Amino acid sequence: MSRLQTILIVFAALCAGSTMFLGLTAEGYGISTVPLLQAFTGAVLLLAAICYGWSYLFMFNRLVAGALVGGVSLFGAYGLIQTVGEVAPGPGFWAATLAAWALGWLCVEILASIETRNNVLNFLLRLLIPVAFGAWLLIIWELCTRGFNVPQVLLPSPSAIGDRFTQSTATLWVDFKQTFLKAVLIGYALGCGSGFLVALLIDRSPFLKRGLLPIGNLVSALPIVGVAPIMVMWFGFDWPSKAAVVVIMTFFPMLVNTVSGLAASTAIQGDLMKTYAAGYWQMLFKMRLPEALPFIFNALKINSTLALIGAIVAEFFGTPIIGMGFRISTEVGRMNVDMVWAEIAVAAIAGSLFYGLITLLERLCTFWHPSYRN
Amino acid sequence: MLSGVPYETRMHTTATPQDSTSVIRTNNLSLTFETNDGPVHALANIDLEVGAGDFVSFIGPSGCGKTTLLRVIADLEQPTDGSITVNGVTPEEARLTRAYGYVFQAAALYPWRTIARNVALPLEIMGLSRRERNERVRRNLELVNLAGFEKKYPWALSGGMQQRASIARALAVEPDLLLMDEPFGALDEIVRDHLNEQLLKLWEKTKKTVVFVTHSIPEAVFLSTHIVVMSPRPGRIFDVIESDLPRDRTLDIRETPEFLAIAHRVREGLREGHSYEDTV
Amino acid sequence: MATGNDLRLIDRVWPVVAVVLAIIVFWYLAAVYLNTPFQRDTYERAKVENVSFVTHVKDTLAQKRPVLPAPHQVVSEIYDTTVKKKITSKRSLIFHSWITLSTALLGFVMGTLLGIVLAISIINNRALDKSLMPWIIASQTIPILAIAPMIIVVLNSIGIQGLLPKAFISTYLSFFPVAVGMVKGLRSPETSHTDLMRTYNASSWQTLWKLRMPSAMPFLFTSMKVAIAIAMVGAIVGELPTGAVAGLGARLLAGSYYGQTIQIWSALVMASILAAALVAIVSLVNRLVLRRMGMLA
Repeated sequence: MSRLQTILIVFAALCAGSTMFLGLTAEGYGISTVPLLQAFTGAVLLLAAICYGWSYLFMFNRLVAGALVGGVSLFGAYGLIQTVGEVAPGPGFWAATLAAWALGWLCVEILASIETRNNVLNFLLRLLIPVAFGAWLLIIWELCTRGFNVPQVLLPSPSAIGDRFTQSTATLWVDFKQTFLKAVLIGYALGCGSGFLVALLIDRSPFLKRGLLPIGNLVSALPIVGVAPIMVMWFGFDWPSKAAVVVIMTFFPMLVNTVSGLAASTAIQGDLMKTYAAGYWQMLFKMRLPEALPFIFNALKINSTLALIGAIVAEFFGTPIIGMGFRISTEVGRMNVDMVWAEIAVAAIAGSLFYGLITLLERLCTFWHPSYRN
Repeated sequence: MLSGVPYETRMHTTATPQDSTSVIRTNNLSLTFETNDGPVHALANIDLEVGAGDFVSFIGPSGCGKTTLLRVIADLEQPTDGSITVNGVTPEEARLTRAYGYVFQAAALYPWRTIARNVALPLEIMGLSRRERNERVRRNLELVNLAGFEKKYPWALSGGMQQRASIARALAVEPDLLLMDEPFGALDEIVRDHLNEQLLKLWEKTKKTVVFVTHSIPEAVFLSTHIVVMSPRPGRIFDVIESDLPRDRTLDIRETPEFLAIAHRVREGLREGHSYEDTV
Repeated sequence: MATGNDLRLIDRVWPVVAVVLAIIVFWYLAAVYLNTPFQRDTYERAKVENVSFVTHVKDTLAQKRPVLPAPHQVVSEIYDTTVKKKITSKRSLIFHSWITLSTALLGFVMGTLLGIVLAISIINNRALDKSLMPWIIASQTIPILAIAPMIIVVLNSIGIQGLLPKAFISTYLSFFPVAVGMVKGLRSPETSHTDLMRTYNASSWQTLWKLRMPSAMPFLFTSMKVAIAIAMVGAIVGELPTGAVAGLGARLLAGSYYGQTIQIWSALVMASILAAALVAIVSLVNRLVLRRMGMLA
């Protein structure tokens, strides 16, 4: 056991132990979930006892140890969430929360220390560790907002957001269609596509390359979202104006990246193609485009987040009565913060999936690149 | 058959300018690079003749123009003066008809293509049919002892195997002339010895003409029928040594007095050409 | 052979100048073309006929609320609102620029510090690396700019006002490139260098200060260039939901309410100048620091 792991288990045990002396709830013990929490306390102390002196816990493999610790931690979280739903929590409740949280951390620590050559296990761990981390973030959020009675307007609890989400799927879907499926995807495709084509064109002229590249680099650093009001004036309130903003935002990163990608081929590879008497197009398709792929994917990834931002911000400047940006700004005005968070959740899920999809595609297309080989 | 400037007398008297066995012929060839620090005479007054089936090595210190000369033959550089023919035509025409295969110091295999598809690359560019491509890939990978590695990616192979694949790629064009620019320079000596032996066998089997750039004396002497000693500033041919070693050689030949005598002559040539003086 | 660095200055500047000139010419042509329909309507309403081509072009480039203002209109608007107005005036563009600039800078500083701290924790702890790194990347797929209005409103309601709420948005955007770049940079020393530190029995803090930090400097500055540009975006968007009170974002919003296109464009140009200047300053500091450290010839 590392020092940090020892500290965590001792801390968890101290917190769990202290719940025996501190009141679990403000009203004392007279509620139904108390046995749950008492069982949790017992489990923590048992775990700590196993670890004490000699690491019996690690006599099993680390996977079992991690699962054991994580299980107890989640069991505690379950009891705590049940409790916080019934009564106002007391100091013992928070001590138990700390104990459960320390175990959650310990679980991540143990899982992260596992080294294995098993590919499937590696993949699962890579997935499981951040998920465990995220789950604990949500649990703490839930316990704090409800335990401290944070006003709904300030920060709703995850369960409240989840309720709102399931109740208003119809509205969310309409907004998603308007903002993501129309403005973002169409603008993204047009912006990336035209950036790529223009890069191919100016690549043939050194003069244009030297003239446009510094400007492209400069424009990439400018706050282009600012053109949103202009685009709304030019293209109207509906999705085309948002798509236009997305096109402008995504064009320059793609241009700059593709041009540097096309320049990435080494001299020796160019000479090789020359000895084969290869033509321009053969060189382009067989050598330069594959070589440029990592750069192009870099732009596609940067652009995937830019596109979502552009479309939503453009909706602040005028929109028909649907769309994610529109919904967020009006619901904030009405203090329906849970609805805002539901929209944010949609945006986050859509954004992550979009990004994840491009990353997956990148891995498939550039499996040969040093950063992906194994 | 081959000659360098100071050794005019070495030329076989039977040779005529239109000799059909002459693969490469240069006449007073010069190449000057214009740089910010003034002109650099990379090659000066090169007269050279390479006959069919010869194995010719260029040896000399860095800056003597041996790689530049090879690149001129391959039409990767253009001479500023003099003339050169490859297979009786200009280097450009030779390149456009894919008259030679070129092996670089680095294997320069594409990481996104398997070994087989890397070897097939020049064949795709030449527009050969799939069947013809597959047949040539199979044949040439066998020739360099890489059968069974078709589906591997180059980064999964060792440096020596990568270089062998790049030789197979050059051979797949089925040229009569093979130009090799320090192909084994980046490999360790044990692998290099092994590949040298394999290369000799290959040369015997295929009867190709090989022009080979190196800075290793044993390598040059072991491989070549003719050794061209070059010296720097300006890059020129200092000596041409014809080897009388038998064509059928093994690594053991390197301990024989004949081998050592030739190696000694090469070293002497390099010394007289000021190759061992401090250079920038 | 000529590479990018060997080119003479004139060879590098001339293409850029040519392209900029081409853009300006194109801009004027577009302005005439886009403003023509409105100009025709105006003539018709005023019953003016037989307008000469020159007058027509002149009029299209001098409208009060053009579809596309001509470059000289934007320049004169910027001149009017910077030089001719008092700095304290609400109509001064300098006043608004300063607000946006200070927000962006505050957010940038907080974001950079946060990014560095995160990167150091990540390279020192395997568990954090595996659990936090995916979330740092995921955090950027959440369109924070969409949440901006809520953050502003919520923070206002608990009494945090002024620059800070807007600066948080800039922080959120700018910590990301710094964190990712620094993780890469702190891991950039070669194995031989880290092995050398091991032979000295150096502690992880000593390795950090004497080896990892110096190696990460080029990465830090590259990230900071991205971070300061994006902090500027955050500051502008953060100003939108405050109801067009102050700042360049507010000028954009107010301009779009009242159809004041010239005002929008001048705010946009001003924001671009600021962003470009900030990036240039970071690049300059980058060169100075790296030269001082002997990492730049």
